[in-house]
Amino acid sequence: MPLLDVTDITVRFGGSMALNSVSLTAEPGQVTGLIGPNGAGKTTMFNVISGLQQPDSGSVVLDGTDLTRLSPTKRARRGLARTFQRLELFTMLTVRENIRVAADIHRSWSKSKVDAAAQVELIIERVGLGDVADQLVTAVPTGQARLVELGRALACEPQVLLLDEPAAGQNASETERFAMLLRELAADGVAVVLVEHDVKLVVGVCDVINVLDFGRVLAVGNPAEIQANPSVREAYLGVMAESP
Amino acid sequence: MDKFLVFTIVGLSTAAIYAVIASGLVLTYTTTGVFNFAQGATGMLAAFAYWQLRVDWGWPAPLALLVVLGVLAPAFGILLERVIMRGLEGTSEATKLVVSISLLVAMIGLAQWLWPPAVSRTVRPFFGPSKITLGPTTVTYHQLVTIAVAVAVAVGLRLLLYRTRIGVAMRAVVDDRSLARLNGARTALVARTSWATGTALAALGGILIASSAGLSATALSLLIVNAYAAAIFGRLRSIPLTFLGAIVVGCTDAYLSGYLPTSGSLARYLPGLRLAAPVILLFIILLALPNQRLRSHVRTREFFPAPSRRGAMMFAGFTAAFGLVLVTTLSRSDLTGYAKIFSIGIVALSLVPLVGFAGQISLCQLSFAGIGAVVMAHMGAGGNPLGIVAAMVVCALVGGLVALPALRLSGIYMALATASFAVFLDRWIFNLPDFSWGPVHIGLFGAGTIDVAPLRFFGTSLGSARAQMAVAVVVFVAVAILVMFIRISSFGRRLLAVRDSEAACATFGLNLLGTRLAVFMLSAAIAGLGGAVYATQLSSITATNFDFFTGLPVFMMVVVGGAGFVGGALFAGIGLYGFLPAVAAIWPPLAKVQTLTPGLIGISLGKQPSGAAPQFSAGFADLRDDTPVLARTIFGLALAWGLRVADVYQGWGMVAVMGVVFVVGLAAARTRGDRRRGVELRAGEVPVSEVPLEWMGLSVPWTAERLAEVDRRLNLEEFFPLAAMDKREVVDAAS
Repeated sequence: MPLLDVTDITVRFGGSMALNSVSLTAEPGQVTGLIGPNGAGKTTMFNVISGLQQPDSGSVVLDGTDLTRLSPTKRARRGLARTFQRLELFTMLTVRENIRVAADIHRSWSKSKVDAAAQVELIIERVGLGDVADQLVTAVPTGQARLVELGRALACEPQVLLLDEPAAGQNASETERFAMLLRELAADGVAVVLVEHDVKLVVGVCDVINVLDFGRVLAVGNPAEIQANPSVREAYLGVMAESP
Repeated sequence: MDKFLVFTIVGLSTAAIYAVIASGLVLTYTTTGVFNFAQGATGMLAAFAYWQLRVDWGWPAPLALLVVLGVLAPAFGILLERVIMRGLEGTSEATKLVVSISLLVAMIGLAQWLWPPAVSRTVRPFFGPSKITLGPTTVTYHQLVTIAVAVAVAVGLRLLLYRTRIGVAMRAVVDDRSLARLNGARTALVARTSWATGTALAALGGILIASSAGLSATALSLLIVNAYAAAIFGRLRSIPLTFLGAIVVGCTDAYLSGYLPTSGSLARYLPGLRLAAPVILLFIILLALPNQRLRSHVRTREFFPAPSRRGAMMFAGFTAAFGLVLVTTLSRSDLTGYAKIFSIGIVALSLVPLVGFAGQISLCQLSFAGIGAVVMAHMGAGGNPLGIVAAMVVCALVGGLVALPALRLSGIYMALATASFAVFLDRWIFNLPDFSWGPVHIGLFGAGTIDVAPLRFFGTSLGSARAQMAVAVVVFVAVAILVMFIRISSFGRRLLAVRDSEAACATFGLNLLGTRLAVFMLSAAIAGLGGAVYATQLSSITATNFDFFTGLPVFMMVVVGGAGFVGGALFAGIGLYGFLPAVAAIWPPLAKVQTLTPGLIGISLGKQPSGAAPQFSAGFADLRDDTPVLARTIFGLALAWGLRVADVYQGWGMVAVMGVVFVVGLAAARTRGDRRRGVELRAGEVPVSEVPLEWMGLSVPWTAERLAEVDRRLNLEEFFPLAAMDKREVVDAAS
């Protein structure tokens, strides 16, 4: 049984079907990609998994426990963490303080004995925010602000990490570095779920890729299978396929 | 049965008025996002204007109605939108609320200034006392007109919203403002139309209710608080449900007045219940609201940085010294008045963690202070300092009790819940006679006033006005230090985090309810402490010392001063109980418009949502950081004070000397600061990397060093070795 097992999720917003019976699994040690054109339902899926959006039907099971009726807070305490595509940073705090808030909150409910301040420094080092740690989070560029979100999620020492477009706004070398970080996290035993538009990053880093289109699962498979899938090419990578 | 019919008709005609006012409120709230606390006051002003035209100047009723409803009210609404409300886009709910509360306070001030309350005025019902018989009962024409008007308003609004182009645009704006704008809806026109319509509806309601409720500025403004319950019944969105809510509120009121027992053992506890019924209904409706979504992506213009260690010490030192000067130099009679700066200042401080840090809203802090005062009066008998502790504990518990059911709410709903708690205390609880509950005897304000014993510490009574003010100063400074410590603590960071994104905090596993409960209880305890200190100053307290309307300016001034700073609380204390009375004492004509001033100050908030405190602190930054000049300035101020204590001159002489010393010190520090910055500039020592590249030459002067810095940070020289050569020419050309 997979660590994260999301089954047959359906979400309606008024008349439109945002998610139509979508399933997704994630395993520790793997990076699972969730891709699709804008409006495909990727962020809604993350909201359902993290509990910010109640699905009309379907279930979210983590490590054998049904989370579907639990609040976001309870889910977080069972080991789910996420970042937000539209940044949800604490605007009056510095980069370091933003991560510290998450570390302190994690400390308040977990049994962890690790010193929060030391853990924050390790995370800052790991995600590469040392240069801007004392700047206000509103003053750093978007690419780095997304790393702050990642750092906060890491401070919760999650089993499952949902990353919503974490690499947007990064340049080529930053993205390369970021891909390595993702592989490291997976190697540590975290189940990483990645929503991302940068196809090169997704193909390079993911073990399994789920393709969403108009709220439905279009395809699931390893990167090679997805690249070879004609309907994915048509719906999503059509333009890429024509370029040499 | 006849009695029932009579009260049903009374209830329906009251309901009609609430419905008219509340639908105007819903209209402006949905289309512009501003919950207009001044909706009732707008109706009140219109009623006075109508009285002026109809009664005082003797105009015929149709003409007076046409002028007030067709010209004055819409014009006033458009003015409000243009001058005030438009500037509020993108500010926090607290800021929006303060502006509309300020408007309310200013309107009451204006009405009392133009139409002094000492004169009695009445508006007669339309068509006088004539009535028609309707089966077993009779209906006055006024009641019929009122109900007919409400029906007409309902039909008219329906037509406006569904049959006109502007109505469609209004509904589009309600759904998604920015999307509507992108699709070419003229949002400015929509805002203007809804403010004009909303104001006209308020005016209509105000004129209709004035004949039965009487022309009193505060009573009319508050009476219409009842209309809010109706608006919340419609969840501030649905106009039909708003009408239904109005019927519930109006009829409840009528039936209570008809059927509440007037004799019997319980009777003396009940009169307040009828008055309090609408707010109790409001509270219940609020509790029945479905869970709100977790707040996320809150983007506001406010910014409350943490105090530096030096800044915090300076603030504490300055406040203590300021208090010391007042304590030692004021006359006995002045002391009692100005001591409020610090005691109400403590109540103001209670808002800083709650409103400033956590982004919650409470309009009942002064009510908590009232509870603290009552506890102090009863438990602190003989000046027992434990009374203060008891006041804080009781307030924390009551605060928790109020907050617990209301915690799911946020923003405007939380504001309304706390406001209804305050009005509930005012109208009922604070007026209850003493009662016993089993073995527990509970006495509140007893016969109207109760005495409070001065504090005693180790056998010393702190009964003199000087000692009491000194106590208030010490407590204020201690609480201010505590609040500043909270800001830099883990708890404070967590509050700021919740303020920005509840959703993100939940994904870290934060117990949101626990956090909100903690800050609400802390804040209530601080307010109770302030109330206890205030009570010992007053030595005899009444419920009106702590009523809802007295509390509003405190909330308002804290937000104006800067809700995220302890300086904001000091600003509120000095502004309300220091500056305004002092100015009025120097120049009596100003006392007349004094009721107007806090409102006017609050209205200006849209321009500067972070408040006044950061501007003060920026203005004094040079002095703060320049130790030699600072030391000399402090010495000068101390000398000026010493001369006053030695009776060399009187109070105003000291104020003048201190003013001169301070201005000279500030100017000296600024000059030195400018010179220092100039030197650093020439040496190129300004930490250039702190300036974003695109601001080079805008926020800092453009120099050759800056150009080099830009080149270096863009890695230009690697690609264009020539750039280094051109540099001189560019700078020469720029200069």
